[in-house]
Order: sequence, then C-alpha cells, then structure tokens
Amino acid sequence: MAVCIAVIAKENYPLYIRSTPTENELKFHYMVHTSLDVVDEKISAMGKALVDQRELYLGLLYPTEDYKVYGYVTNSKVKFVMVVDSSNTALRDNEIRSMFRKLHNSYTDVMCNPFYNPGDRIQSSPGGPYFLCPIQSRWALLPVSDPVQVGPTPVSDPVQVSPTPCVRSSPGPLITW
Amino acid sequence: MSPTQWDLPVELCCRPMAFVTLTGLDVVYNAVHRAVWDAFCANRRADRVPISFKVLPGDHEYPKCRPKRTSYEWYIPKGILKTGWMNKHLNLVPALVVVFYELDWDEPQWKEKQSECATRVEIVRQSLQGRNTKVAVVLIQKKTPLPPGEDVIASERAAALCNACELSGKSLFVLPHTDHLVGYIIRLENAFYEHAQTYYYTEIRRVKSHKEFLNKTTHQLLFVRHQFKIAFFSELKQDTQNALKNYRTAYNLVHELRAHETNILEIKTMAGFINYKICRLCFQHNTPLDAIAQFRKHIDLCKKKIGSAELSFEHAAWMSKQFQAFGDLFDEAIKLGLTAIQTQNPGFYYQQAAYYAQERKQLAKSLCNHEASIMYPNPDPLETQTGVLDFYGQRSWRQGILSFDLSDPEKEKVGVLAIQLKERNVAHSEIIITLLSNAVAQFKKYKCPRMKSHLMVQMGEEYYYAKDYTKALKLLDYVMCDYRSEGWWTLLTSILTTALKCSYLMAQLKDYITYSLELLGRASTLKDDQKSRIEKNLINVLMNESPDPEPDCDIFAVKTAQKLWADRISLAGSNIFTIGVQDFVPFVQCKAKFHAPSFHVDVPVEFDIYLKADCPHPIRFSKLCVSFNNQEYNQFCVIEEASKANEVLENPTQGKMCLVPGKTRKLLFKFVAKTEDVGKKIEITSVDLALGNETGRCVVLNWQGGGGDAASSQEALQAARSFKRRPKLPDNEVHWDSIIIQASTMIISRVPNISVHLRHEPPALTNEMYCLVVTVQSHEKTQIRDVKLTAGLKPGQDANLTQKTHVTLHGTELCDESYPALLTDIPVGDLHPGEQLEKMLYVRCGTVGSRMFLVYVSYLINITAEEKEIVCKCHKDETVTIETVFPFDVAVKFVSTKFEHLERVYADIPFLLMTDLLSASPWALTVVSSELQLAPSMTTVDQLESQVDNVVLQTGESASECFCLRCPSLGNVEGGVATGHYIISWKRTSAMENIPVIRTVITLPHVIVENIPLHVNADLPSFGRVRESLPVKYHLQNKTDFVQDVEISVEPSDAFMFSGLKQIRLRILPGTEQEMLYNFYPLMAGYQQLPSLNINLLRFPNFTNQLLRRFIPTSIFVKPQGRLMDDTSIAAA
Repeated sequence: MAVCIAVIAKENYPLYIRSTPTENELKFHYMVHTSLDVVDEKISAMGKALVDQRELYLGLLYPTEDYKVYGYVTNSKVKFVMVVDSSNTALRDNEIRSMFRKLHNSYTDVMCNPFYNPGDRIQSSPGGPYFLCPIQSRWALLPVSDPVQVGPTPVSDPVQVSPTPCVRSSPGPLITW
Repeated sequence: MSPTQWDLPVELCCRPMAFVTLTGLDVVYNAVHRAVWDAFCANRRADRVPISFKVLPGDHEYPKCRPKRTSYEWYIPKGILKTGWMNKHLNLVPALVVVFYELDWDEPQWKEKQSECATRVEIVRQSLQGRNTKVAVVLIQKKTPLPPGEDVIASERAAALCNACELSGKSLFVLPHTDHLVGYIIRLENAFYEHAQTYYYTEIRRVKSHKEFLNKTTHQLLFVRHQFKIAFFSELKQDTQNALKNYRTAYNLVHELRAHETNILEIKTMAGFINYKICRLCFQHNTPLDAIAQFRKHIDLCKKKIGSAELSFEHAAWMSKQFQAFGDLFDEAIKLGLTAIQTQNPGFYYQQAAYYAQERKQLAKSLCNHEASIMYPNPDPLETQTGVLDFYGQRSWRQGILSFDLSDPEKEKVGVLAIQLKERNVAHSEIIITLLSNAVAQFKKYKCPRMKSHLMVQMGEEYYYAKDYTKALKLLDYVMCDYRSEGWWTLLTSILTTALKCSYLMAQLKDYITYSLELLGRASTLKDDQKSRIEKNLINVLMNESPDPEPDCDIFAVKTAQKLWADRISLAGSNIFTIGVQDFVPFVQCKAKFHAPSFHVDVPVEFDIYLKADCPHPIRFSKLCVSFNNQEYNQFCVIEEASKANEVLENPTQGKMCLVPGKTRKLLFKFVAKTEDVGKKIEITSVDLALGNETGRCVVLNWQGGGGDAASSQEALQAARSFKRRPKLPDNEVHWDSIIIQASTMIISRVPNISVHLRHEPPALTNEMYCLVVTVQSHEKTQIRDVKLTAGLKPGQDANLTQKTHVTLHGTELCDESYPALLTDIPVGDLHPGEQLEKMLYVRCGTVGSRMFLVYVSYLINITAEEKEIVCKCHKDETVTIETVFPFDVAVKFVSTKFEHLERVYADIPFLLMTDLLSASPWALTVVSSELQLAPSMTTVDQLESQVDNVVLQTGESASECFCLRCPSLGNVEGGVATGHYIISWKRTSAMENIPVIRTVITLPHVIVENIPLHVNADLPSFGRVRESLPVKYHLQNKTDFVQDVEISVEPSDAFMFSGLKQIRLRILPGTEQEMLYNFYPLMAGYQQLPSLNINLLRFPNFTNQLLRRFIPTSIFVKPQGRLMDDTSIAAA
C-alpha cells in the first residue's frame, strides 16, 4: 500500500496528509509539496478543452530513488497525491488507479457530510468526518487516534478488499424540528 | 576545488583524439616553423579533423614498449586498468610521428641533406622501437612546386629520398612555404588523420589478437581490460558506434567479475568509468533515453555494492559522484541542443547526488568520530612509491594483491583508519551545497518552483550545519513566504525552527523576535511545551535579557552566541523594532471594526479593536495605537499603560492590556469626526501594538489597514463558508471568526429635522406654467440658518429634457428657452423652530413624458456633540416624478357641403373644414378663444369667427367648429395645398387670473385640390308630398375652357312620374351655365330615390355619374297626402 497519502486543496494547501513511517513525516510532506509542481504543469497542459472527458488520473508524477509519486486531480481541482515505495512492484498502474478512485469516493463522502466545511482540513477523528484512507493494508475508516499499523502483507488486489462499509453514525448532533 | 579521489580522471572525461607528434620544428627561433605550427594548432574549428598535435624534439624518447608476451599461461593480471594507460595513449604514444625537414628539390647539396633527413627518420624509428606508430616526412620548401609530372628532378629525388628513409611514397609530403599555408596544412592534417586511423585500427586488431590466449578463470580482469582498450582505441579512431558497443560489452564483463570486499572499490570504479563513457556516447549519438536507461541500470546494479561497512561513506561518495557526473553530462547535452522536460532534467541527478553527499556526511560523522588523541598513522599507508596508484580503484597498501583474504589485518586496520581520518577533513557541506545549488539552477529552468524551494531549504539547513548562519538565514527567509502563502504549516514550522536557531546563534534580535512571533502563532505546529519555551525566551528578550539557547545547537556555537547576546544587552541604542505582520502569521491577531459603515457627523465615530493571542501564556502589551488616513484622529485612539519593564510578567491576567490566550479582547475607541470630513471616508491605515517597553526592548507589531496577516484572508473565507453553529458565549465575548474586518467608514451629514412637502396637480400639460408649491417646515429645536432651496429638473436625466424644461419662480410670465432647468441655492432665510414657509415654483415642460424633479433644502445648525460645539450642515431632498401630457387632441376633417367626407376638394367648389378639440386633460380646461389662420391659397366663404370662445371642457368633452372654405383652382400642386393654422388659446380652468394664457398652434393638413370639367347642382325643395308637383332645377356649369358636348338622360323611377327632357344632347359654352327644369310627381311616401340624372361628357370619359352624385341629391323625403283627403277617400270607400 501507499506510504503516504495527501489530499490537497484547490489553493494547494494540504487538506489531509498522512504517512506510515511517522518518524520521517517531514520528508513526505516535502515530497508531496514538490510533486505539486508537476501536477500544476499537467493541469495547465490539459487546458480547458474537453472538460467532461478529462482523465482525472495524472499518472506517475516523478520518480525518486526510493519512491514513486502518483497524482490525481478532481474536477474541482482538488488533488490527491500518493507516494508508493519503489520496491513495491505489486502496485501497477491499474491498482494505483483504483486506489485513487476509492480515495475520491471517500473524499466525496466527506464532502457530502453537512458538518464538513469545504476547504477545512480533513481530520479523520472520531466524531469528526471520517475519512477513508488506503494507507493501511486495509481500506478503513481512520480515526486519527488510532496508531497506524503498517500492513505487513501487500494486498494483491485492492479492488477485492471491500472497504469497511461507509455506514457512519451521525457524527454531529441531530437536527430535530 | 582540487580534484579529489572521487572525481573522474581528466583523461576519461575528455574527448579522445588521435595523437600526432610533430618533430623537427623549431617553433621558438624559426619564424617559418612557428607559422606552420600556428596553422596546425591555432583557431581549430569544429570542421577540422580531430587530432591533438604536439611538437617534440626529433630525439624525444617515447614510452618504452614492453616486450611481447608469448604466452598468457602463467600471467596473472594485478588489476583491471592501469592508471597511466589512458593518458599514455592520449598524450604520450603517438599514432604518427611527422619529421619536418627543410629541403628544396633543387638543393645543391642534395646528397648530404638527403642522408641527414634519413638519419632523423632513423632516430625517430629507434625511439619507437616495437610500436606500430607511423612515421611521415614533410619537406618544407621555399618554392612553389610545379604540377606533378612536370618536374622530373622532383620525382626522381622524391623516389630517392623515400628509398633512403625507408618510407612509402604515401608518407612523404611537401609543404611549400607560400601564401596558401593554411590550405596546405589542412590537406596535410587530413593525410595525417588517415595514417592515425590506420594506426588505431592495427592497435585494435592487436588487442583483439590477445583474446584467444585468455582463459575465464585467471584472466577475468583481462577480459574487461581488453574490452575497454578496444573501445578506447575505437574512440581514438573516432568510431563511436563500435566504441559504444565495446564499452557496453566491457560494462557487462565488469559485473561478471567476482566481487569481494577487497576488490569492490576497483569494480565500482571501473563500472563508473565505463558507465560514464557509455552515457557520454549515448548523449553524443542523441539517444538520451539510452543514456538514462544505462544510468538507471548502473545505479540499480551498484546501489547495494557498499563494500566495507567501515568505509561505507566511500560508497555514498561514489554514488554521489555518479549522479553528479551524469547530471553534468545531461546538462552538457542540453547546452548542445537536447531538450529536457520538467520530470526529466539534470536537476534530479544533482539532487540525488546531494542526497548521497548528505548520506556520506552522516556516515562519515558516525564512522570517523575518533578521539582527538588518535594520530594519523605513520608511515602513511595511503602513500605509494610513485605517488599514484598502479591500478584504478585499488587500495594503496595492498596494490596488485588479488587474494580475497586479508594477508595483513593490521595493515588493513591502519589503512582504514587513515581513510577515515582523511574523510574527517572533507568539507562535506561545501560539496552538498554546490550540488544543491546546481539542482536549484536546473529546477528553476524547468518550472519547478516548489522543488526549488525545497532544495533551498536543504541548502539553508546545510549552511546551518556548516555554521554559516548568515547565508542559512538568507536562504530560509527567502523561501519561507512560499510555504506560508500555500499554507503548508508543518513545513513552515520546520523552516522557522531552523531559522530561529540561526538567529539565536547570531544574536540577530529582530529576526529572533520575528521568528519567535510566528512560531508562537497559530500557523506553527509546534507542541505547547516548545511554544511556552519560546514565549519565555521572547519575554526575556523583551526585558533586555538573554534568551535560553535553542535545543540541539552546537555547543561551541552556543557559547559564542551567549557572548553575543550579552554584548547586545550592554548596547544601548535603538531597541524598538517595528515588524510589519502582513507577510507572516504572528501570535497576536488583530481585527478592527467600525460599528457602522457610516456615521452621522453629529454622533461620535465608534470602533472596536479585537485582539487575540495564540501563545500558550498570557501576554501584556504596553501600547496600542491606531492610525487613520486623516492623521488628526490618531491622537484620540491610543491606549498606553505606564508600566515598568518587569510588570510584563506580573498580574498577567488582569487589566485590559493583557491578552489571555484564546480569549478575544475587545477595545472600544470613539472620537468625533470633523465637519470637513462629511462625505469622506475615514480609513484605519494601520494598527500598532507594542510589546515590551522602551526601557527594555520594544516590538511594535504593525498591521496595515484593519488587521489581518498572511493567513487571515483564507481563514475569513473558510469562516464565511462555514455553516457551523458556534456555541453561545457570554454577552461581552465574541467568536473570533465571526468578526469581520471593517476598516473604513463614511462620515455623512446630520439627519435633517425639517419637512419638505410638495403640492401640485399632476399631470402637467404641455407648455403650461405648471405650479409646484414647496412647503418647508422646521422641526428643529433651535433656529436654523441659511436655508437654501435648490429645485428643478433632477440632474442626470436625458439631456433633451434639460432643454425642454424650464423653471421659474414667477408664474405671471411665460418662460422661454433662456430659463434654466434647475434653480440652485435660492436663499430662503432663517427658520425658527416650528416655522413653515411656502415657495411656488413654475415649471414649463415643452415635451410630453415623465420627468424627475428635485427639491433640495439645505441649512446650517449649531449642535453640541461629546461636549463640542459644531456647525452642521443638513439637507433634505425630495424628488417627484411628474408626467407631462397633451392637454387636448385636435382632429380636423374636410367634408363636402353635404357633410360627406372628402378625400380631396374640387377647385372653386365650397367645402367645409371641421375641427374637433377633445380634452385629454384630467383637469377642466378653458378654451379662451380659437382662431383659424388661412393660408393664402384658401379663401373663406363666410365670416371666420371663433365658435368656441370661453368654452370649458371637462375630461373627454370636445368642442367642434366648422368653417366653409373655397379653394380656387391652382393647377396641379404636388402634395396638396396648405390650409393654414388653427390656434387655440387656453388655460386651466382652475388657474389663477394672472397666469398667462397658452397659445397652442396646430398646423392644418394639406389638401389635394382637383379640377372637374362640369359642376352640377340642383335646386329642389327640402321635401315633396305625394301627388303634388315637385319642381327640380339642375344647373350645369362648364368649368373648362372648351365647349362641352353633354348627353343627359333621366332614368324613370317607380316612385315618381316626371315631366321634362328625358334624354337630350346639348352643348355648353366655356364658363357658362345651362339650366334643366324637371317636374317630379311623387307617387309614394317615404324616403324615395329621385329619378337619377345621368350625364355623359363626350370629352371627359372619366367623368362618371359616381362623381356627379357627390354634388346632387339622390333622394328626397316624400310626405304622404294631407289627412283631409284621406278622410274623403275613406268616406268614398
């Protein structure tokens, strides 16, 4: 699975960023931040043409010695960046794509939450909006208090791993009339 | 920098060129020789053949050739490649030696010269013993040679010379020293180049021939060596395709070598060399992707070949060098025209090189931390007899030893120690910074601003490690704003932390304070304990004390810093620092908010300054001042607390000068605006908050405008979007997010306390003097002065309206064009409380439509506000929209004397003009009189007297008049004949006596006049009676200048019997009249058709009965017989 996942706002500030080796968090932050150069360039290259048919998946942004950085941009210019260990050969383009799609779905869920204010940093804490994050070996709702477990076995096909169902208990107070 | 162990050798990096030596040239004393040499070596352009020339004396000793090995059976190689080999073939062993000799064909002492030349050639051959190097002779001649074949002596002597020198004819050249020297030289060097190529070809063959003697077990190294040599010779031969092929084979062979800790360095060194050559050639062949692929393969193969763990920094150094060299090659290729892209450019390689350099530094730091007492070993194990290694990549203390076992572990230990101690002296930071700055330059070129910033952060951090704090701070400060503006707070915090350390270590007060302010702020992701430590330091600094050192700083640097801080204290000087907060995120937030978007001048202007601290502990500020665009107000908006320096800490939670973390502090200010500022904007230009005080150190935070810093606009946006309901707070507290900055307010005039009423009777009628009564009443408590009235058409409407609207105060006279549309500043005088005045205005509107009228009353009044007497100018305006309509519609029609509608009138025949005046006004109108002004072409039949004098018309009523007119014959007039004007004089019935009467002129329509040949009119009684004779006389008038033949017939009718001419044909003379008399005898009562008269004009076939009927009656009313007769008839019955 990915070693780092980031959701970046349209204005390029991080909405959510999380990495598995927590001790070297800063490195991943820098990595994600620098990858925005390529994302920006790719977005501007896409231009305004064919907005409907635009491919959201941006592919490999740039390779470093140890990691591969992939990008994805939604129609509202929210960017997803995923850092994958270079040695992890099990993850091919298709897997990455489907991981992004799932990330996009969970992001959409967050946006659908009436208690989430678009543009706020996403906090996957209990009580707050949950956020589905593929950083663990399983797709799971990630409350921030949980220590992140580095999954020892790479999941061969993430599509088959059904995500924990998104049945959320109402995170805020219920509005009664 | 001097070349280090890891730099690639020069001879590897250069482009190999054929080596040719020139002998027999005295370039110092002989001008001719000098010219020849210059022609060879000066200004060599790219189109010249690739040869490197060298001038050597004729008796130069070339490197000795080792005797040929007859068998490889017992030969064991000691290494892969000798360090001297490349240089030997580039610069020492020539492919061709050229002997220059001055000799003309007609030389008188030919024999002697010939043998001298032969001797020289012989000497050269001697020193090249055993080598395949070619020898050539060039004769420098003074005379221009004759064309070949013509000079018999020349060809004879040339053959003789070749014989004497044992040369082939191809190796003897003639160089005439004439004007075309360069041309000859170019031809010469092309010939040399061919010889050189042959030489290198034979060398390749020679090396290849060794191969068959080798075996795989003992000669593995030789496989690599030979392959490398073949490739290198191919390069010298300029056969780059084969060179590349051979280098690739060599590369594969290197990795087939058995690797062990003892020889891993040698293998890596050679692999690096060969890889460099391959990449270089790939770029040269314009196949950059091949180069990149090869490099990737190279790195993947070698990455894990670390070798000895004690010397692992060597591996990092080597890796770094590999990336750097590749980056250099890539960059060079780009300079020669290759295009790179954002994701594939040399920057990445420099960056990776820098990464390995950093790793090298880390490893060196942990592996080379020997105690100071450990001395560098003596004798130096790194020293060799010759000063250089025999083979590339071997250890100096065990050169040529191929065994994998360490024969002498003690020696090995000493050697490793020596390397480690040497590594300690390497300026790692310098290397890293150079690489990073190379990368920065590249990423700048390829549109990677964030990557650039990241690398600059690394550079800054490296400068910090290298203790160059000034440079570190400069770099960090430069990139900080990028991270701040994009809101990457984690990264910003990390950079700020380093920057704070730098500024601490240099005791840079202002920087130290600035970074502290931001690290305490909400953008900082530091933990609370860190924050409180920083806050404590900040307070110390403000109290003119030294702060505690930052954690993880170099101990020696801290000592220096402490001294610096101590010096700073003793320095008395400017201790006030003003820091603009627009560009960063300080720990105090500020928002200014006027209570209203506008204030009346008679009430004090009020606004709040909200302050909020984000630091962990309460903090006290000493002064707050607000500046305005009108600086006169500044004095009213200052809060200052005369407190001693040490009070910053005491009683922290009390008083309004204290900011409690997380709590919003509201400070109210008020002042009275100046009357001059009415209609102007008052703007807060800045808010200054002072921390600390002037006796210690003082920091002034300066917010431009009404507060807000680098992060606040985004926060405000988010807060505006949020639907979140905020928990309720006590009354005097507010949510920070809910405060919206309002940094400006308008000063508007005092609310007027008068009433203005307008009285009038709409709509206005066109051109009338419309009366508008303005009533002004004062409701003020005191007398109002200088009341002025401005009234008229409201400006800003259609320009045409201005010209068609006129306003006057005098209604008794009609106003004309010269009157204005707006009367301004009519002085009205003073008004006592409750007093009221009335003013009449007359408006004349020339066109219909709606208009806006403005009535504006201004006055002065004295007012006391906040115990200050001010004179206020107040004004009140009223606007009213008045519609203007036509007072009446006038309809005009032409009818015949029979009141039948006429489309045209007939010349000389009377007709009627009927006017119809329909009142459209909602108010009663009085038509004072009317007048018909006829055009000269019209004449009247009777008196033209007005029939509607002093008629009052209510709405919808109409007044009609009828005039009998005649139009004399005028011939054919295009478009008809003008009739004249109809003038109506009128006024409103309700209008006063002295209001002038309005004359409205209506132009009557033109009428078409037609001539007719014959006019018929009939004389008959107004009615008939049954069975009583009814005499009818028709008058036929000839209106033409001709005699007219007229056929007349009368058709019988059932209702009449008649006597007279039933059918007749007669002539009427021009201008005369004929009478026809008939006696009709009605038979039936009622409205009866008369027997119709048909007239046929022979000259005018168009003259029809239809036309005739216009003039003569067609029917008549017949009364029944008298009752008497009826009675008799009944009696008879």
